[in-house]
Amino acid sequence: MKSDITRREALALGVSAAALAATGASAQTASTIKAADVPAPKLAIEKGASLRMLRPVRFVQADEDVFRANADKFSKATGVEVKVNFVGWEDINQQTAVTSNSGAGPDIIIGFSDAPHIYIDKLVELTDVADYLGKRYGGWQPLAQKYGKRNKSDAWIGLPFGATAGPLIYRKSVLQSVGYDKIPEDHAGILELCRKLQKAGKPAGFALGNAKGDGNGFANWVLWSHNASLLDEEGNIVINSKETIAALNWVKELYPTFIAGTPSWNDVSNNRAYSSQEISLTANGVSLYFSLKNDPATKAIADDSEHQLLPKGLAKVSPMAGLTLNAMLFKHSQYPNAAKAFLQFMMEKDQYEPWLNANSGYWSQPLAAYAEAKVWSGDPKVKIFKDTMNSTYYDGYKGPISTATGAVSADYVLIQMCAAVATGASTPEAAAAEAEQRAKRYFRRQGR
Amino acid sequence: MSVTTLPSRGIAVRQPGWIARLLDYKPFLIVMCLAPAIGLLTVFLTYPLGLGVWLAFTDTTIGQRGIYIGLENFQYLLKDPLWWNAVFYSIFYTGVATIGKFALGFWLALLLNNHFPLKSLLRAIVLLPWIVPTVLSALAFWWIYDPQFSIISYLLVDVLGVRSTNIDFLGTPWPARFSLIAANIWRGIPFVAISLLAGLQTISPSLYEAAMLDGASAWQRFRYITFPMMMPILAIVMTFSIIFTFTDFQLVYAITRGGPVNSTHLLATLAFQRGIAGGELGEGAAIAVSMIPFLVFATLFSYFGLARRKWQQGEAND
Repeated sequence: MKSDITRREALALGVSAAALAATGASAQTASTIKAADVPAPKLAIEKGASLRMLRPVRFVQADEDVFRANADKFSKATGVEVKVNFVGWEDINQQTAVTSNSGAGPDIIIGFSDAPHIYIDKLVELTDVADYLGKRYGGWQPLAQKYGKRNKSDAWIGLPFGATAGPLIYRKSVLQSVGYDKIPEDHAGILELCRKLQKAGKPAGFALGNAKGDGNGFANWVLWSHNASLLDEEGNIVINSKETIAALNWVKELYPTFIAGTPSWNDVSNNRAYSSQEISLTANGVSLYFSLKNDPATKAIADDSEHQLLPKGLAKVSPMAGLTLNAMLFKHSQYPNAAKAFLQFMMEKDQYEPWLNANSGYWSQPLAAYAEAKVWSGDPKVKIFKDTMNSTYYDGYKGPISTATGAVSADYVLIQMCAAVATGASTPEAAAAEAEQRAKRYFRRQGR
Repeated sequence: MSVTTLPSRGIAVRQPGWIARLLDYKPFLIVMCLAPAIGLLTVFLTYPLGLGVWLAFTDTTIGQRGIYIGLENFQYLLKDPLWWNAVFYSIFYTGVATIGKFALGFWLALLLNNHFPLKSLLRAIVLLPWIVPTVLSALAFWWIYDPQFSIISYLLVDVLGVRSTNIDFLGTPWPARFSLIAANIWRGIPFVAISLLAGLQTISPSLYEAAMLDGASAWQRFRYITFPMMMPILAIVMTFSIIFTFTDFQLVYAITRGGPVNSTHLLATLAFQRGIAGGELGEGAAIAVSMIPFLVFATLFSYFGLARRKWQQGEAND
């Protein structure tokens, strides 16, 4: 979906027009979002308040345009100046760490997924705002609750804005040529399909390299679909289990069906291989589909592509964790009420719905009522992303989220376990034992 | 000529003020002049270095203050196969890349030391790989080694037809290790070549003339004149080269991020991976500190092993 609207134009036209230009759906035209009549928390905005906010850079221009227009709308309504800075995805963690450690910098940072759990001591609770929004918009979805609330508590430490997932994307024509209409849900079926795809010269390819998104996504899916996990509910490390060994044995069989080079793949490698028609099956966010669709040279590939939730395997539902935008309000902010009011304002339907629509499906809503947004009745290939936050799976599943769960992902512990077995560098038993030992190192101070 | 003496009026010579006296006091003046430099060094060099060393003895993580834990980080590293793997590859990478850079760099320097047309232009071109930002050349090599889109594979498979499949440069440990070493050699040759060329040009031509009159062959001239005379510059350039190579980060991190399966982690990339990405600042600092003994040893070895000997100055060795 192409949008050439500039920020200046967005401000001139107003949010509704910006959303209309970006998505084809006017923010004001018959919104179907149901909002309950609930009293909002009384937030006395501090005199002379001004706010600084950091958030990850946009997927699409319309995201930034509408977000900025919403922030300006808040400034006009309250007199509170809001400066929003967009930073690269790779930099947001470092900037959050510096802000947290120095006790200075932006009042609000929208980080990723587990960030509030890492900086928990430096954050203002957002329970009043979250409770109000939950009651007003049909409740928070499971993934939003998991990332937004303090472990084993109803206290909100983050305010999720949305999530994006990495389901399967495949070439319909290639699958049909080997006798399949969709990807099987069982491991044996997937293995059989991948063997056939390899024979057809259009193999599958999943990142087995140090790829933060795709690599961890694949490793988590492999484990969860075998009912294996890093932790149990109590936070004990249970990665060295028979379920994990079974998962790794399956990877050992699956890997020879992949295109060559996947142990060196990073987050863009599978996009390139799929776009150049080297592979016919991978897992990726919606960005791959849009990049194909928006380029006339590759539109035919997009037309021939289909998304599917990651196969269940032995799990009850598709085991897929979404990368979540999670807003944090820091204690060093001089204007906590203004910041809370701003976050609340941005999540209200007059602002949030146009923003959600403007994102074309890149981000999925954390509040149930927004499932009715226009964006999900557009391109049917994008609709699959609607329920991203309805997932019960998350980074660090099944245990409590902590600094250590994030570190295990960041240090590629699980993907390296899979890659070691796939490439023959380790036996499944040795790889699982090494992953356990590395995880224990990260978890050694939990609860200190 | 009569001389009259003026009556003494007892005029007291004005003593300089305490500030003037203080500024005339040499030790104070030395301290004053050195203070800005010492201050800058303290703030920008000593403090970060000291903090890094201190962190190595704590369990600090990103977002949490740590406590002093003594040698625990180092004890863990000694039992950590990934650290040993990084130690091995750091030494291997440094050793092979340094040998490669010096063999090719010295050869190139000898070639460039001759007279030929467009000599200055060629010397400037040789510097290009060193001038290009490392990340840029790393990205270029990343494409060159790409499993699907490698230009080398394209030439071998599609153009020359000598292979049926693409080369998997980075997907298996040893090819990935050697691919990174090749990239490092390509990038490091200019530094070695130009430095050694500068050294070659300091050797007096009369030495070669005398040797030629004595009937010395090209190899003998190299063996008995060029090589011994180049020893001091070789020692210094090799010392720097070893330090640069051992502490390399950008090439490896941009091309493989330490993969596949941690086989290409250098100590610098592992320190970053654990300390920044993994959030274990203390452990990352310990990995960085663990590089110091290797660097000191390598530096001393290359310096004393290659430094100018007395016999080069016409004296006997002790």
